Amino acid sequence: MDEKATPKSYRLHLMVCAGTGCVSNHAFEIKTALETEIRKHGLEEEVSVVPTGCNGFCERGPILVVQPGNIFYQQLAVKDVPHLVEEHFLKGRPVPKLMYSPPEAKTPVPVLTDIPFFKKQVLIALRNRGLIDPEKIDEAIARDGYKALAKALAEMTPEKIISEITLSGLRGRGGAGFPTGLKWQLVRNAGSSNGGQKYIVCNGDEGDPGAFMDRSILESDPHSVIEGMIIGAKAIGATAGFIYVRNEYPLAVERLGLALRQAREYSLLGRDILGTGFDFDIQIKRGAGAFVCGEETSLLASIEGRLGEPRPRPPYPAQSGLWGKPTCINNVETWANVAPIISRGAKWYAGIGTPTSKGTKVFSLVGKINNTGLVEVPMGITLREIIYEIGGGIPGGKAFKAVQTGGPSGGCIPGDKIDLPIDYESLSAAGSMMGSGGMVIMDEDTCMVDIARYFLEFTHDESCGKCTPCREGTKAMLDILTRITEGKGCPEDLVLLEDLAQAIKDTALCGLGKTAPNPVLTTLRYFREEYETHIRQKKCPARVCRPLNVYTIDPRLCLDKGRGCDVCRRNCASDAITGRKNEAHAIIQSKCIKCGVCFDVCAFAAVKVD
Amino acid sequence: MPKITFEDLEKIRDQAQRAMAVREGGAYRAKVNVHMGTCGIAAGARMVMTALMKEIKTRDLHDVLLTSSGCAGLCSQEPMITVEIAGRAPVKYVNLSEAKVLEIFEKHIQGGSIVEDYALGIGSERTDT
Repeated sequence: MDEKATPKSYRLHLMVCAGTGCVSNHAFEIKTALETEIRKHGLEEEVSVVPTGCNGFCERGPILVVQPGNIFYQQLAVKDVPHLVEEHFLKGRPVPKLMYSPPEAKTPVPVLTDIPFFKKQVLIALRNRGLIDPEKIDEAIARDGYKALAKALAEMTPEKIISEITLSGLRGRGGAGFPTGLKWQLVRNAGSSNGGQKYIVCNGDEGDPGAFMDRSILESDPHSVIEGMIIGAKAIGATAGFIYVRNEYPLAVERLGLALRQAREYSLLGRDILGTGFDFDIQIKRGAGAFVCGEETSLLASIEGRLGEPRPRPPYPAQSGLWGKPTCINNVETWANVAPIISRGAKWYAGIGTPTSKGTKVFSLVGKINNTGLVEVPMGITLREIIYEIGGGIPGGKAFKAVQTGGPSGGCIPGDKIDLPIDYESLSAAGSMMGSGGMVIMDEDTCMVDIARYFLEFTHDESCGKCTPCREGTKAMLDILTRITEGKGCPEDLVLLEDLAQAIKDTALCGLGKTAPNPVLTTLRYFREEYETHIRQKKCPARVCRPLNVYTIDPRLCLDKGRGCDVCRRNCASDAITGRKNEAHAIIQSKCIKCGVCFDVCAFAAVKVD
Repeated sequence: MPKITFEDLEKIRDQAQRAMAVREGGAYRAKVNVHMGTCGIAAGARMVMTALMKEIKTRDLHDVLLTSSGCAGLCSQEPMITVEIAGRAPVKYVNLSEAKVLEIFEKHIQGGSIVEDYALGIGSERTDT
């Protein structure tokens, strides 16, 4: 290899989060402003600006972490930069007003590891987040990237690699939780007699609403996935691999492409890897954003250039996958866990988590939660720890009502199960699933019928239409749910919903259909009284289903507090409000279309909803 | 580029680690803090900082942490630095010039012995926390 000049050393490294969340909050403008100010003070030889992958604390973006010292700046604006550069990077005085302060703390907490959001997290799949520039392979290598690959190629037989993965207890992180080592063994055994072609596939078709775990891993540490895949290829005997990633993840596609090129330049991919005679290369396949393509047989069809539709299993891809050849398909996060297991050993990994669910899991924390973001936690942690300690609780001090895990295929877990430990089995027992790791938090203002309708609308929309139960069944269920939210439900609807749900679960062709009824079934199980209130009393307890709401104006409040300000009347789209300025206003119920605008615009809380 | 071997991979890792070591913050042999308040800068703290950066680079050191901080309260004796060898009490040096800084670098940071002529004192100020 070329003798490269010694890499430059700097006294300060400014780690600018360049994950998608922060980028959409103008992280690149911050980066440019930092570089400009640094040059202005002549600090460019001393201070280095490093773009990194997602830091995880997306709620607080754009984020800048200063190393050494782990000092955490948040919600930066370009106008803050000149002061920050002069004070901290030139004069060495950190700027407290730009730091994050947890709600209960009295002074800003500057050090990252003291912030409750980060304190309880254990990073394995996200081990390099915020610490490396994902566009520089050398930085990944410095953090032990490709060390596990070197070990696997130099010291381990394929059988030894597989047994290490099996002993670690790693299970598929895409949702179903199939033991990874067993899957690898099945592919290794398949057709091993004829030594034919086999394939490795990475499933990066992340489609759950509110989920961005895979996106974040690919953006912040693409080499972790690539290394896992090469090790997997060696173990099962594959020479070609594909990463299937959504085209609407442009940053992930770009960084992955760059990472593959850099790995090839170092001969970590391609022919004769590290001079061991092992050949393997990876191509990116971009998906067009169809939810069903996250289902493995649809994904494989899409890679082959066919319509992304599922087919019956068996045969499983391990026997007959891409172009009919044995194929090992794992999710992004699963691949990212492989290298640490090989480096540090199965025993270390199996020491984290619960007896049946080992290691850590990445979750995207979204919805009614203070600390929206990306977290990696040991299996077995409770929902309470995730929501209240890491997540910082519910905004506005409202009550925690439920959490949807596993996206549209998962289920709602009610607030009274807040001490449930997170592992594959306990989530299934609660009627939900691990899924890929989306966690949508709901507070007391969420209507569970409306939520079930929302998820079903999503799966109905994404149903590929190949099998009747999914195509027609989800439509029939959606119609019933819509009726209920409009006040047109009847008591028989609930039985019909349950019958339809069971029929779809039993007969749908693929996982999309089989799991689509889960949100309805779990909300019926835990929040049946809410459905009944919608049906019998024609009321929505959370006042979300607007057709069921009755809006009225309190004449006293309107006149005494608001002096008949007339804002509601002027904003009413259906001329349903009477009254003039300085008079009490009123709503003509027959004309009201229940849009709720009057409620939203009244500054004096004179509009009541019941 | 020709193929890399296992040894090359380790060499790349080693080089990249050196460049990134300062990010980890943890293990360092010596920490040098340049007092960069307005007073310090006016008295030549930038020259001190530049000289230290240059020394660290030419000697290819990766275990010496260079930080800056504000005014130490003794504005009349700027530029100042505080040198802290890991595990030992910090030493403050005052009224520095480039030549003095180089001498401190050689004798104290590298050699471990305090340059008494330029030193103000050993230890930290008392705080009530």
